[in-house]
Amino acid sequence: MSDTHDTWTLAGRTLTSRLIIGTGKYKDAEETRACLAASGAEIVTVALRRVDLKVKDNLLSWIDRSRYTLLPNTAGCYTADDAVRTLRLARELGIADLVKLEVIGDPRTLLPDNEETLKAAKILLDEGFVVLPYCTDDPIVCRKLEAMGCAAVMPLAAPIGSGLGIRNPHNIRLIIEQAKIPVIVDAGVGTASDAAIAMELGCTAVLMNTAVAHAQVPLLMAEAMRDGIVAGRKAFRAGRMPTRVIGSASSPTAGMIE
Amino acid sequence: MPTLVLNGEPHPFAPGTTVAALVASLGLDPRQVAVERNREIVPRATYAQIELVDGDRLEVVTFVGGG
Repeated sequence: MSDTHDTWTLAGRTLTSRLIIGTGKYKDAEETRACLAASGAEIVTVALRRVDLKVKDNLLSWIDRSRYTLLPNTAGCYTADDAVRTLRLARELGIADLVKLEVIGDPRTLLPDNEETLKAAKILLDEGFVVLPYCTDDPIVCRKLEAMGCAAVMPLAAPIGSGLGIRNPHNIRLIIEQAKIPVIVDAGVGTASDAAIAMELGCTAVLMNTAVAHAQVPLLMAEAMRDGIVAGRKAFRAGRMPTRVIGSASSPTAGMIE
Repeated sequence: MPTLVLNGEPHPFAPGTTVAALVASLGLDPRQVAVERNREIVPRATYAQIELVDGDRLEVVTFVGGG
């Protein structure tokens, strides 16, 4: 069964890939470009920073914007005001109004500040942004963000860059059950099986960066993540067998030689 | 010479310098940056009209790799 028709929709865009990938932490632009291509991603995240006059190859010079939708983030912002200010500047850069809102609450864990996130989401939605908020794996916060008009919710699997995988699959499942918008697991995925588990739970997509960029061979991991997501998605659609605590023979029990 | 604060650093400039001239003098492609002046976004279409004044605080930003 082909997966070409298993598309999803995000704010009016029809997408085939369920992997959204970050562009940070790679060795260089060449490695970034190769990993993006191998991942099959159609949306890639970018950060906004002061220009570095020493850097000559600006990301906007080498990234293929006909192939990738850029998703500006608010990484490093600790208040709603900083996040809003950052995304207004991002919009001025001529990128579509799709934005990843993340407001961090603590530099050690990088866990989100949900209160500031809700505050920023309100302002951004009022200004016409299409808001994809990163938040804790809390069904109540996700419900509030959806009610406000966010285009998706992006609960974490685990802290950013931790590679711990999905720490609370039960909460992720509750979030998926209630949501009428895409649920994108963002942050904390460490390896392909983590991504597959997210998809098997019924997530719409997975967003990751470090798991690919800091793999021993990033290019191979980009492929593994692409495949893991496809496998997990297919398993979700196929519907897994029921579990049982005792064995059930796969071969016929009748006709044994005596 | 008047001086502005460019991305947190003092930056002297000739009187009458516009945002467009500043961006060009830094070797930047105006399509690849966004400019905030004293906390207000400067729309790209107005770069050539806006003259900088002594004490202006400018943020000139662009996209970089990030998650």
